[in-house]
Amino acid sequence: MSGGPPKGLPSTGPHSLLDMPHPLAGSSSEEAVGGDSTPSPDLLMARSFGDKDLILPNGGTPAGTSSPASSSSLLNRLQLDDDIDGETRDLFVTVDDPKKHVCTMETYITYRITTKSTRVEFDLPEYSVRRRYQDFDWLRNKLEESQPTHLIPPLPEKFVVKGVVDRFSEEFVETRRKALDKFLKRITDHPVLSFNEHFNVFLTAKDLNAYKRQGMALLSRVGESVKHVTGGYKLRSRPLEFAAIGDYLDTFALKLGTIDRIAQRIIKEEIEYLVELREYGPVYSTWSALEGELAEPLEGVSACIGNCSTALEELTDDMTEDFLPVLREYILYSDSMKSVLKKRDQVQAEYEAKLEAVALRKEDRPKVPADVEKCQDRMECFNADLKADMERWQSNKRQDFRQLLMGMADKNIQYYEKCLMAWESIIPLLQEKPEANGSPLVFIPWWSL
Amino acid sequence: MEQAPPDLERQWQPAPLEPLGHTDAGLQAAVGEEAEGSRDEVPGDGTMTENNFGLKKIEISVSEAEKRTGRNAMNMQETYTAYLIETRSVEHTDGQSVLTDSLWRRYSEFELLRNYLLVYYPHIVVPPLPEKRAEFVWHKLSADNMDPDFVERRRIGLENFLLRVASHPILCRDKIFYLFLTQEGNWKETVNETGFQLKADSRLKALNATFRVKNPDKRFTELKHYSDELQSVISHLLRVRARVADRLYGVYKVHGNYGRVFSEWSAIEKEMGDGLQSAGHHMDVYASSIDDILEDEEHYADQLKEYLFYAEALRAVCRKHELMQYDLEMAAQDLASKKQQCEELATGTVRTFSLKGMTTKLFGQETPEQREARIKVLEEQINEGEQQLKSKNLEGREFKFGPMLRNALARCNPVK
Repeated sequence: MSGGPPKGLPSTGPHSLLDMPHPLAGSSSEEAVGGDSTPSPDLLMARSFGDKDLILPNGGTPAGTSSPASSSSLLNRLQLDDDIDGETRDLFVTVDDPKKHVCTMETYITYRITTKSTRVEFDLPEYSVRRRYQDFDWLRNKLEESQPTHLIPPLPEKFVVKGVVDRFSEEFVETRRKALDKFLKRITDHPVLSFNEHFNVFLTAKDLNAYKRQGMALLSRVGESVKHVTGGYKLRSRPLEFAAIGDYLDTFALKLGTIDRIAQRIIKEEIEYLVELREYGPVYSTWSALEGELAEPLEGVSACIGNCSTALEELTDDMTEDFLPVLREYILYSDSMKSVLKKRDQVQAEYEAKLEAVALRKEDRPKVPADVEKCQDRMECFNADLKADMERWQSNKRQDFRQLLMGMADKNIQYYEKCLMAWESIIPLLQEKPEANGSPLVFIPWWSL
Repeated sequence: MEQAPPDLERQWQPAPLEPLGHTDAGLQAAVGEEAEGSRDEVPGDGTMTENNFGLKKIEISVSEAEKRTGRNAMNMQETYTAYLIETRSVEHTDGQSVLTDSLWRRYSEFELLRNYLLVYYPHIVVPPLPEKRAEFVWHKLSADNMDPDFVERRRIGLENFLLRVASHPILCRDKIFYLFLTQEGNWKETVNETGFQLKADSRLKALNATFRVKNPDKRFTELKHYSDELQSVISHLLRVRARVADRLYGVYKVHGNYGRVFSEWSAIEKEMGDGLQSAGHHMDVYASSIDDILEDEEHYADQLKEYLFYAEALRAVCRKHELMQYDLEMAAQDLASKKQQCEELATGTVRTFSLKGMTTKLFGQETPEQREARIKVLEEQINEGEQQLKSKNLEGREFKFGPMLRNALARCNPVK
């Protein structure tokens, strides 16, 4: 994925999703084209709970030296992870194999969704379907509707600036695929969301569009509560913990935004540095052509600088493709979480207002009316769901960021190691002294001091 | 009447310099025939004249730099930097060194010394001085001559200059150079008394004028061509390097912004707090590391500049040779025409057109006495001309066999 001009994807031609044979009907292996980059779902699951979890996030310990977990909080977290990991896992979802579809009306990309599950909610043990971005968008909206008390993971950005970004470039599609994969995995990990009906259909249905049309008329049971929160209630006092969450998310999103800007600036500076390096190296070649004994060392320096330039280009590509998208994803996450918090405030406000109204009426003194009780239930459910989700979110956030920041550190280290190797390889060449009485030019490079 | 050219080449070895920046103790320079003999495989032939120093072996170092204020030629207050030059003589037997001379000089005095050497030794590639003003700077490095890093690098450059002059078998014997190291007061006046300024002026004018030699020496032409190309490529290299340094500085410094934001982020985190705080700290360290890196790289740039100036000096020698060749050709031409005139007068045949010939035809022949007188004058001029030609030829020879030049010429050949 590094270097080279962005490549377009091979197109499958004008096919519609309906024409796709059922994965289990024929030989499904034939459909899996170009799947060498697809790790098995098991491997993917395991990766997020790998060796790196055992390393405390302190002072940049390089990967490979695992310091024993000493803080109790880390142990607690491992135990928490055990609940999700291992034997209890019964649903695996993967997004891969992007393909371009050229139709008369439009051109778009579909991704293959592979599902493996032993859950009773699934008729078959394995499914493979094709979905496009707007399907994901539909799913997310449905989840927000049907599970308003839960935090729904974010999708990668919907709109891209047409002139600036090539929607069909390999880099863009790969970045998007990773984000979509993350999206589905987060839902899969969620004890409530993963059992959602719409999610199930998304993973399994041959014809999603038919279901979508059906769903317009349907009103899900869980979604009723959403309709009844009309809003416009003023909140008396926000419970401390939710206020704290709100404040935290505000600052968190702010800091991530700053980091995003700094990272972009760094990439820009690195690219400008790269431009100069690409002019610098060849000058040594020009010089080398003038010289006799010095020709080889100078040519060596030129090649060395060329290698450093290539390494730098790889670094900037990696940062752009792997680092920035995750930051943006979490900013979007924070935004959607804030709106869920607002909804919670509304539910609480409604309950408080109704309660107050009853108190003022003074009629039903001992007995609280049914609808007030219902409001109270709703509020308490919401609070409980949200708290649980927040904890889960915090835990995942820690893992995600550890992986992200260590990845960034690793990429930088690799860059410097490549440069070091390039320079070290020419030191013997540079130290070859010419014969006595030879060139008065004594070439002692500063970097070998 | 030609002298055998002194076999200087074998006795000259370029002084192997240690890497720049490690010259606290200064380097030894071999001066005098005995010292040279101890360094070379070949003992002195005895063709070398004894030096003026009376010193066997000396160490030269430019050990300190100091800011001074004084009054300049226009009686205005000025600030400048003075450099301490220490000379030590080394005893053969125990290797102990004794401080023999110590004085302060400023950059302009070094310049004066070099200009003097350029005029009096036109056939020698005179070692270069560190740059007068900071050139090829990138944005952070101040072009201020008072900047301590700049002063430090200049100190090293001045020391290298003195060591190179002292290592040169011809230059090291120069009296003015000796006085530069030993006589603090009045040195400027002594230099100016040599009258080299006048010679320099007339030479400079001639050098700047365009002239064409009829039979240019191929080796010198190649050498001039090489030095032109070397100057061009090194200048380009220095310019791009400065831009590269500038950009690299930008990359590192922007990382410093991470420091603050990671620290602020760590404040709202519980488990991640320590790690983020530490990460921020390391970003700060990273950002500040660039200053030392780029300062080190300046030493590399200095070495490139040194050879840029060396190429200039080389070119100047080639140019002077060209000038000399031109003078030689002119003198030879003049001599040839005078000889012809003389012959014509003697034989009475007029082969070439001359005003005298015309007037003679018009106004009658001149008397034999007049003719004799003229022949005599011409013969004197011819003698003079022949003498001049001989000395010019000798100068030319010196040029060709100047030791450093011979090496440079020899080096040119494998390239082509």
